[in-house]
Amino acid sequence: MSAADWLGLIGHFLSLSLLAVGGAITTAPEMHRYLVGEQHWLSDAQFSSSIALAQAAPGPNVLFVALMGWNIGVNAAGGMQAGALAWALGLGAGMASMVSFLLPSVLLTFYAGRWGQRNREHIGLRAFKAGMAPVVVGLLAATGWVLASSLAGMLTNWHVWLLSSVVALLVWRTRIHMLWLLAVGGALGWSGWI
Amino acid sequence: MRPQSISDLFWSFSLLALQGFGGVLAVVQRELVERKQWLTREEFLEEWAVAQILPGPNVVNLGLMLGDRCFGTAGALAALAGLLAFPTLIVLLLAALFTGVADMPQVQGALRGMAAVAAGLITATGLKLVPALKKSPMGAGACALFGATAFAAIALLRVPLLSMLLLLGGSACAWAFLCLRRLPATHADPTQPATSRHKGDAP
Repeated sequence: MSAADWLGLIGHFLSLSLLAVGGAITTAPEMHRYLVGEQHWLSDAQFSSSIALAQAAPGPNVLFVALMGWNIGVNAAGGMQAGALAWALGLGAGMASMVSFLLPSVLLTFYAGRWGQRNREHIGLRAFKAGMAPVVVGLLAATGWVLASSLAGMLTNWHVWLLSSVVALLVWRTRIHMLWLLAVGGALGWSGWI
Repeated sequence: MRPQSISDLFWSFSLLALQGFGGVLAVVQRELVERKQWLTREEFLEEWAVAQILPGPNVVNLGLMLGDRCFGTAGALAALAGLLAFPTLIVLLLAALFTGVADMPQVQGALRGMAAVAAGLITATGLKLVPALKKSPMGAGACALFGATAFAAIALLRVPLLSMLLLLGGSACAWAFLCLRRLPATHADPTQPATSRHKGDAP
């Protein structure tokens, strides 16, 4: 990767950071346009598997940004068979992507959070928090719905809906540990039921 | 309750992040509200609304604000590091290994199964936060209306998130503003402690 490539990669993620309202995933279409379409740094398959893997792995979903950087670095080295060079470029590009994607939004949140804490008795802020509360509850329920329906396709796969609903009910009404549920889901999927 | 130390903050967020398959949201609610009780349900909802509005990953925003409030800049950095350090290492290792097995139908099935569970987890998180709305100054009816509209807009109509937050969130905030302004003037209902909710740093 040339110096210009590095600058392009870092600049791209820096510029997307403050646009990621509602989570990192909302900027994925723009990443696809630039990284896959314009620069051809990533293949389509690598792009979608980066998102899928980050969702399946433990940790925040924003890790898909690190995975895209990793894939870009490995591609630049000529694939994993390049050995140490692939690891070095992959790790370097992964870290650079992650840091540049997070830095602007982290700084903004840090200072905005302090400002909000200083002014928390202000009626405008109290109205904001009280007003947003029911909207956030509705949004959370909707997020689960959207995830399940994207898996289930055109309502044909009722197994997905059944599993998601049973899990939602169990987590809502009992204190069962989430890791058990994830293990069961993984096993059901492995066996081909989902 | 509060985190005891900066390292408590770091390890708590690390453990939390490492349990977060399919996103950390559902785990955050369970760990911070139900197990550690660093936040009440009401506080969690308010903080989450702020974390949602600000750009960047919501969980990272929440960790930053919580860490900063407890231990200043060092606390914010500890929460950030906890959320990202181990998961980044793990996901990169997985990516290096994944190249060999990505095409196996069993692996793809397992990923799908875990994603279906994650979808249920997030919906349940929303359901579990419903009781927190009882203390809302807007009243139960308005809360139900705004919540149901938000769900329909995103889940069924697929309205873009930003428009939904601006239009629906904006109206909800305006309505809350009117309710809050009316409360101190009239004889406020003592069961709706709108003025005593924001006790801030009180333990």
